[in-house]
Amino acid sequence: MAEQQQGERVPTVIADDLHIVYRVNGARTGKGSATAALSRILKRGEERGVRKVHAVRGVSFVAYRGEAIGLIGSNGSGKSTLLRAIAGLLPAERGKVYTDGQPSLLGVNAALMNDLTGERNVILGGLAMGMSREQIKARYQDIVDFSGINDKGDFITLPMRTYSSGMAARLRFSIAAAKDHDVLMIDEALATGDRKFQTRSEERIRELRKEAGTVFLVSHNNKSIRDTCNRVLWLERGELRMDGPTDEVLKEYEKFTGK
Amino acid sequence: MPGPSGHACTKTKVSLVSETTHDGTVAVTTPVSPDEGMTPAQLAAKYGLSVSGARPSLVEYVRQLWGRRHFIIAFSQAKLTAQYSQAKLGQLWQVATPLLNALVYFLIFGLILNAGRGMPKDVYIPFLVTGVFVFTFTQSSAMAGVRAISGNLGLVRALHFPRASLPISFALQQLQQLLASMIVLFAVTVGFGSYPTLSWLLIVPALVLQFLFNMGLALIVARMGAKTPDLAQLMPFIMRTWMYASGVMFSIPIMLEDKPAWIADILQWNPAAVYMDLMRFALIDGYGSENLPPHVWAAALGWAVLVAVGGFVYFWKAEERYGRG
Repeated sequence: MAEQQQGERVPTVIADDLHIVYRVNGARTGKGSATAALSRILKRGEERGVRKVHAVRGVSFVAYRGEAIGLIGSNGSGKSTLLRAIAGLLPAERGKVYTDGQPSLLGVNAALMNDLTGERNVILGGLAMGMSREQIKARYQDIVDFSGINDKGDFITLPMRTYSSGMAARLRFSIAAAKDHDVLMIDEALATGDRKFQTRSEERIRELRKEAGTVFLVSHNNKSIRDTCNRVLWLERGELRMDGPTDEVLKEYEKFTGK
Repeated sequence: MPGPSGHACTKTKVSLVSETTHDGTVAVTTPVSPDEGMTPAQLAAKYGLSVSGARPSLVEYVRQLWGRRHFIIAFSQAKLTAQYSQAKLGQLWQVATPLLNALVYFLIFGLILNAGRGMPKDVYIPFLVTGVFVFTFTQSSAMAGVRAISGNLGLVRALHFPRASLPISFALQQLQQLLASMIVLFAVTVGFGSYPTLSWLLIVPALVLQFLFNMGLALIVARMGAKTPDLAQLMPFIMRTWMYASGVMFSIPIMLEDKPAWIADILQWNPAAVYMDLMRFALIDGYGSENLPPHVWAAALGWAVLVAVGGFVYFWKAEERYGRG
């Protein structure tokens, strides 16, 4: 077959003219009064009282195995939305995303509960990510050690609400990074914890990259993009503005942002 | 491991005209390769990529859900524990809350309004407490179900799992809550002179069927609540109407003696009344089969299967749309 000549150019994610639209209830006008809401309901129309936010407008690209792709763009340009759509978590309005296996978003924050102990959160988070009980048992000690939660005493048996924000963030990252992924997506995860933990987590991300087929990284830190990515997608107002090797795109982006 | 080859020449953007979509041009960054000229759909087919976020088949969905059973159980237990973890009495509230509930109803309906209508006190009090607990089980499953998706959008948008895990998990949480309440219920029943007999074993099938019904109900309202979050505001009123119509604190046939018989029939055949009556029949000595409508077990089974299967399919039909918000 022809593709054998280009063995390493195996696509893992294909986005085909992808559009994502959020629907926001009750944000049509500035008036939030009950009468305004009532008149909106009474007014006939296909979408009453619903405002649409067109977050991603017709993005297309092909990602290949072994690539680490950085996503850049100003706040609200649709980076996180695009990641969620690739993961299949946000339904597409138009267009399609094709993926190899199940892409996963690095983040379990939403599954964790502040009122539970760190110990139970490790198990709950692992299960939520789709790990089996045996896998969690096997990795439990690694997760706790990596987070460094127990460095200053037996904190893992205390409820998470008693943790400092840095400790909680470290535990969350450690749980999220415990699983191996085919297509891995990281949303600003590098910015957590103290300097020591950041170095450790960057190392872990490089490890995950080796195991994963393709890595997507959203970050506002151009340095961490430069350190980890070899290709960059630049999104602006939901549109793909530029797509190419890291250095070229970052150069244009820095010119654009006036750095 | 950055791909060393192929990136020197990625600067050029190659515009391809997509043949399968009508949306016009598609810009794809790609080096010269044998795949050039293929549409995204053809490329995806060639390398065996599947559409992200597509709804799996019903069989596949059940299989995925079974794979997540540990998560479903752990999530329900975690919710239950987290509920009272800040209270000084802690998990004791799991038993204390239903007990206080029963006391309030007894005070109002048993003492002030005398809704027992000639039922002896040692039958009426267990009758009332059983009714309150069994109905609360269905009521709280529905209330939790309606917020199962809309109240957990963060989770739905962050992680990949069969969405039915959430309503099922909430129904399971209510089942565990009910099992804690059963301690109170047994104590009340024995305290009023109905001692454990073989008929108490009927509690098990009655609870299993009611749980199936509740799960289906939670799945149905979860889908409706995900589309229309306003339903969560409406739910308490629907549930309260249902409660008063189901004979939680009075016996339907006695209360509606002078009304046309079909009204009592309809009320007695509604699922909440059926499951309450079964539990009362199993537990209370003075509440014999003459109080039950005919074919009551068939009705209990029918409601459970109909709502559980129907609710599951109804929920699955919108699987790929949850999380749009």
